[in-house]
Amino acid sequence: MNILVCISNVPDTTSKINFNDDNKGLNTAGLQFIINPYDEIALTRALELTEKAGGTVTVINVGDASTEPTIRKALAIGATDAVRINAAPRDAFFVASQIAHFAKGKNYDLILCGRESIDYNGAQVTAMIAELLDLPAITIVKMLEINGNTATLEREIEGGKEIVDCPLPLVAGASEGMAEPRIPNMRGIMSARTKPLVAVEPIAIDQLTEIVGYDKPKPRSTVNLISSDDVDKLVQLLHTEAKVI
Amino acid sequence: MILVYTENTNGKFKKSTYEALSYAKAIGQKLNVDVAAISFGTTDNDELKNLAQYGANKIFQVINSKFQSFNGQAYASAIAEAALQNNCNVVVIGNSFSGKGLAPRVAIKLNAGFVDGAISLPDTANGFVVRKGAYSGKAFADVNVLAATKVISLVPNSYKVETNPCETNIEEFNPTVKESDFKLTIKETVRAGDKISLPEAELVVSAGRGLKGPENWGMVEELAGLLGAATACSKPVSDSHWRPHSEHVGQTGIAISPNLYIAIGISGAIQHLAGVSSSKTIVVINKDAEAPFFKAADYGIIGDAFEIVPKLIESVKKFKAAI
Ligand SMILES: Cc1cc2nc3c(=O)[nH]c(=O)nc-3n(C[C@H](O)[C@H](O)[C@H](O)COP(=O)(O)OP(=O)(O)OC[C@H]3O[C@@H](n4cnc5c(N)ncnc54)[C@H](O)[C@@H]3O)c2cc1C
Ligand SMILES: Nc1ncnc2c1ncn2[C@@H]1O[C@H](COP(=O)(O)O)[C@@H](O)[C@H]1O
Repeated sequence: MNILVCISNVPDTTSKINFNDDNKGLNTAGLQFIINPYDEIALTRALELTEKAGGTVTVINVGDASTEPTIRKALAIGATDAVRINAAPRDAFFVASQIAHFAKGKNYDLILCGRESIDYNGAQVTAMIAELLDLPAITIVKMLEINGNTATLEREIEGGKEIVDCPLPLVAGASEGMAEPRIPNMRGIMSARTKPLVAVEPIAIDQLTEIVGYDKPKPRSTVNLISSDDVDKLVQLLHTEAKVI
Repeated sequence: MILVYTENTNGKFKKSTYEALSYAKAIGQKLNVDVAAISFGTTDNDELKNLAQYGANKIFQVINSKFQSFNGQAYASAIAEAALQNNCNVVVIGNSFSGKGLAPRVAIKLNAGFVDGAISLPDTANGFVVRKGAYSGKAFADVNVLAATKVISLVPNSYKVETNPCETNIEEFNPTVKESDFKLTIKETVRAGDKISLPEAELVVSAGRGLKGPENWGMVEELAGLLGAATACSKPVSDSHWRPHSEHVGQTGIAISPNLYIAIGISGAIQHLAGVSSSKTIVVINKDAEAPFFKAADYGIIGDAFEIVPKLIESVKKFKAAI
């Protein structure tokens, strides 16, 4: 079984986010970058599946050369090889088009993404890749089992969950619960240095959206502390001042 | 014309559907065009007609039994087909779990520019600029849609339901059936009874590791029940299986923006805040005055949850009895 795992390079979850002076791009000074946490779940599940059934796990990232340490980390965790589409991601359509173009004709049994990237939070790329390849997509997946040519997945739905069957190939978005991320060991880190990581030039794609600026939420005014002996007052304030109950 | 996907659960339209419709109507009024709704599966006629109260000038009803239960691929084909036939250059979809699987596909089919998770009306003064959350609640991005056709998915609870009564007519819409859209089979659907769905909830009561163990969630559920709120939790709580994963909010859980978020025994780590900081009002109950969550809160009580929450339950009971 051959699996393609799409990984996004994102600021560490503890990062304080700041933007450049023109507010059009992230100020990356001092930021640590990591594999998007959901993509790490996808990668781990892909490794578990190929350890059982045999096959390869290829990771793909759309990014400039600065994302290579993150890609190497995916190789250290256990991916077989890696591909970097050499372009700064413009928007989800751009990313999905590059990945779909790369995957076309390569007969992957499974394309795994994360449920969303924690920087763009689009939850777009997964379903877009599927649409571009005319494949089914299951976008928020908490359990993925493969039985021969069929996948059984548990997906999140409003107020509950659903178990679905789907023939391979398919595209899925990994969510919490699908696997427990692995920490790379020394052997993995050593072998990652020599595993293949190829850079591929992007294809030309129409630009459909552009980010014209970023903004940060206004800080909340200081907290109104209420005495633990006067809980009634909290309820009153929620009614009369905040008007939420 | 603007097309809205009107999602229903067991034949009843959801609140987020009325939000999406109200939002589409506001765009329609801005651009001076009509709004059409597309509905799948069985809904009774009154329920459908009622969409006119919220501004649907036209309602397309897909009756074909193949479209009875949600299928992202097939629904996307049908929505795109309806949009093309009726010259809709804006499509609005609620950003629910199913909407998330659907909207990107519709966008690709229509060659449209897509804004996922929109929280504002488009600003058309200079293009078509829509605000969305980015960096997990730490920022907003203003996205200009350059393409002629625009697809927008709207975050639940970010646009108020508005009534806008109009004349409507219901038309049956019979989409082309594409066999490759039907590979998926649903084996089992589990819905947690009549629990309030977390992403859509207006009020949320949430608790963290400060509650010590799953046996102490009775008071959290009681408070939530009294308020008509959904329940949520921090990541370590769901990791330890004290609560189901579906309640986990934060950077790696669900992002929510309710009107009221009550956090009990949660420290307020940056990854937790990422999922809840866009809540309109935040109440924090924590025994540690130094807990970072107080910096992100509107109201706070410093004290032991096991003493405060029962008191709060009594206060809410009194309040509910008085109104
Ligand atoms: C990659 C990554 C992703 C993450 N994603 C998420 C996420 O999505 N969501 C999330 O929640 N976390 C996430 N975390 C974890 C996060 O960093 C925190 O560890 C977590 O939020 C802490 O949960 P907590 O506040 O319940 O527990 P704790 O940090 O243990 O805090 C418990 C709080 O309860 C208070 N307390 C104790 N006893 C009482 C009492 N009797 N009465 C009142 N208060 C009491 C304490 O003062 C303390 O403030 C993530 C971490 C990483 C590394
Ligand atoms: N630049 C990228 N390169 C490779 N995969 C990506 C990239 N951006 C997003 N993805 C994948 O698409 C998923 C959803 O991302 P998004 O649509 O941005 O929320 C992520 O979890 C990744 O698996």
